[in-house]
Amino acid sequence: MNVSDLPAPVERDANFNFAYLDERTKRMIRRAILKAVSIPGYQVPFGSREMPLPYGWGTGGIQVTASIIGPSDVLKVIDQGADDTVNAVNIRRFFQRTTAVEVTTRTTDATIIQTRHRIPETPLAAGQVLVYQVPLPEPLQKLEPREVETRSMHGLAEYGLMHVKLYEDIARFGHIATTYDYPVMVDGRYLMAPSPIPKFDNPKMHMCPALQLFGAGREKRIYAVPPWTKVESLAFDDHPFEVQRWSQPCAMCGDTGSFLDEVITDDAGGRMFVCSDTDHCLARRTADE
Amino acid sequence: MYVAVKGGERAILNSYALLDQARRGDPAVPELSLEQIRHQLRLSVDRVMCEGSIYDPELAALAIKQAAGDMVEAIFLLRAYRATLPRLGYSLPLETADMKLWRRVSATFKDLPGGQVLGPTYDYTQRLLDFSLAAAGEVAASPEAEVAADPGPVPRVVDLLNHEGLIETHEPSPGDPDPRDLTREPISFPADRATWMQNLARGDEGFLLAMGYSTQRGYANSHPFAGEIRYGTAELVLEPEELGFAISIGDIEVTECQMVNQFGGSKSQPPQFTRGYGLAFGASERKAMAMSLVDRALRADELGEAVNAPAQMQEFVLSHTDNLEASGFVQHLKLPHYVDFQSELELVRRMRAPKAAAPGVRGRNGEAA
Repeated sequence: MNVSDLPAPVERDANFNFAYLDERTKRMIRRAILKAVSIPGYQVPFGSREMPLPYGWGTGGIQVTASIIGPSDVLKVIDQGADDTVNAVNIRRFFQRTTAVEVTTRTTDATIIQTRHRIPETPLAAGQVLVYQVPLPEPLQKLEPREVETRSMHGLAEYGLMHVKLYEDIARFGHIATTYDYPVMVDGRYLMAPSPIPKFDNPKMHMCPALQLFGAGREKRIYAVPPWTKVESLAFDDHPFEVQRWSQPCAMCGDTGSFLDEVITDDAGGRMFVCSDTDHCLARRTADE
Repeated sequence: MYVAVKGGERAILNSYALLDQARRGDPAVPELSLEQIRHQLRLSVDRVMCEGSIYDPELAALAIKQAAGDMVEAIFLLRAYRATLPRLGYSLPLETADMKLWRRVSATFKDLPGGQVLGPTYDYTQRLLDFSLAAAGEVAASPEAEVAADPGPVPRVVDLLNHEGLIETHEPSPGDPDPRDLTREPISFPADRATWMQNLARGDEGFLLAMGYSTQRGYANSHPFAGEIRYGTAELVLEPEELGFAISIGDIEVTECQMVNQFGGSKSQPPQFTRGYGLAFGASERKAMAMSLVDRALRADELGEAVNAPAQMQEFVLSHTDNLEASGFVQHLKLPHYVDFQSELELVRRMRAPKAAAPGVRGRNGEAA
């Protein structure tokens, strides 16, 4: 899919400020972003606003994007790797309506990419910003729901609880049973939730030339991984981190190295595997032609 | 051949049109006006204003109409609108002792200065369906007032108890610091009472009701008595910096509940009644009462009570009161999760078939895993 496939451009709605948020709110969010960039992986509380999209649907990412976007930016929005899933369409329309910026589906053309659950397959470049929508910013929350406790664990870099959890996985199943939102250590200091991206994408965060910003609207936290920052997925010496691989290539573009979605094709067990990153898949197919 | 799911945008635009039709219903039936909603569904309007955190009956009526009567959706619409409004100033504390009362009841004293005033309440209506309303109903004539039209300020029950020192008082903290504004700064734990009051005030009525109810059933019993419930209008006073004196900017309808609770006393304090407080926009008695129960339960820590019931756990209660957050996150589960689910599929297959090859998936080194 490319932009020419999109329906007619959405008209800019003059009733709202550029990118919806008022300038004071944007400044407050930019301050939180600056702090987050200064302390990689640290969750900065911010005065998250009610957005005209529901909490849990990307309000954190939307607020981050809204506070950094300018008229000359080129925006790409993906959900599950695809530009055309309804939530991605809705968020892209929201920004078209409130900013009238140029939108694209090409990873390489975008200056800002807002994403839910994937990192594009095409390596990101310096100068690009990847904005993640984050449902649960606290990597320790499932182990310790009280924020008073987890805050002190982060303060003391006391992450034994998470290591014990991973160890228990190995003891029970023989391997770590976390497949997405797989915890990472950022710059050797803060344990961070990479948002529910598959662990397949985790290595892309490491030493990434692009700025990575994470917005959690409902939980009112922003955090960041600045360009060229070390991001290590937790593992043990005798159980190194590993990512998912598929025994067959993408049925559409033939790629063997991208994350594949499984698609059910009939009710008799038929299935096929296709790239989750629609732009990557299309680029490969058009290059072949 | 599989074709990637497309047409999301067209589907969204079509859903707008369908929603419009569904909201309007049968076009042969006259359309609801905002005035009708505002005046004939006033309790809906009150709830939407309260949890929408903005006192504007007109906009609340619009939100209810647009949301086809879905309260949480209407609250969402109002909150999203509110988030873009500039903050012009902060009012002075509401003086509820000076309220013009439409209703005032106390469960603790048979009679008291100002009297018991039932006012407009469903409490004693016997809840029989009134079939005359199915046809155009005639409104009963206003009863003759039995008391003077304006009895003047009616003292609050807690203030009467305070004359004897039987109830705790709440002096402002030293320096009387401004409360944190929950809509500008995120909550952090432990939260102070001024902050949790804001949280409860915009909290979901149903959630607070269930939490309050749980305290009556043994989960943090605090022996509550409804010291006083009052409903009426209170004057909103603002003191703009550039003026230097206070001006009244209008009246708002509020419901206030003062719950009076037992407290055994401690080494340093004689036995005394404690308080739970609830305040809500409009005629929102259920909300105000539930709020006051939860407020009292949340004070367990301060009063040296054991914290072992959900309603006493600050992080648990305050993190889950907001129905926008709850509704959004629960319903986000209908968004696509193909990628996460694919990851889990791969894992479960791997766990179930350690030797046999799982369809389409192999381990890192290429061996069937």
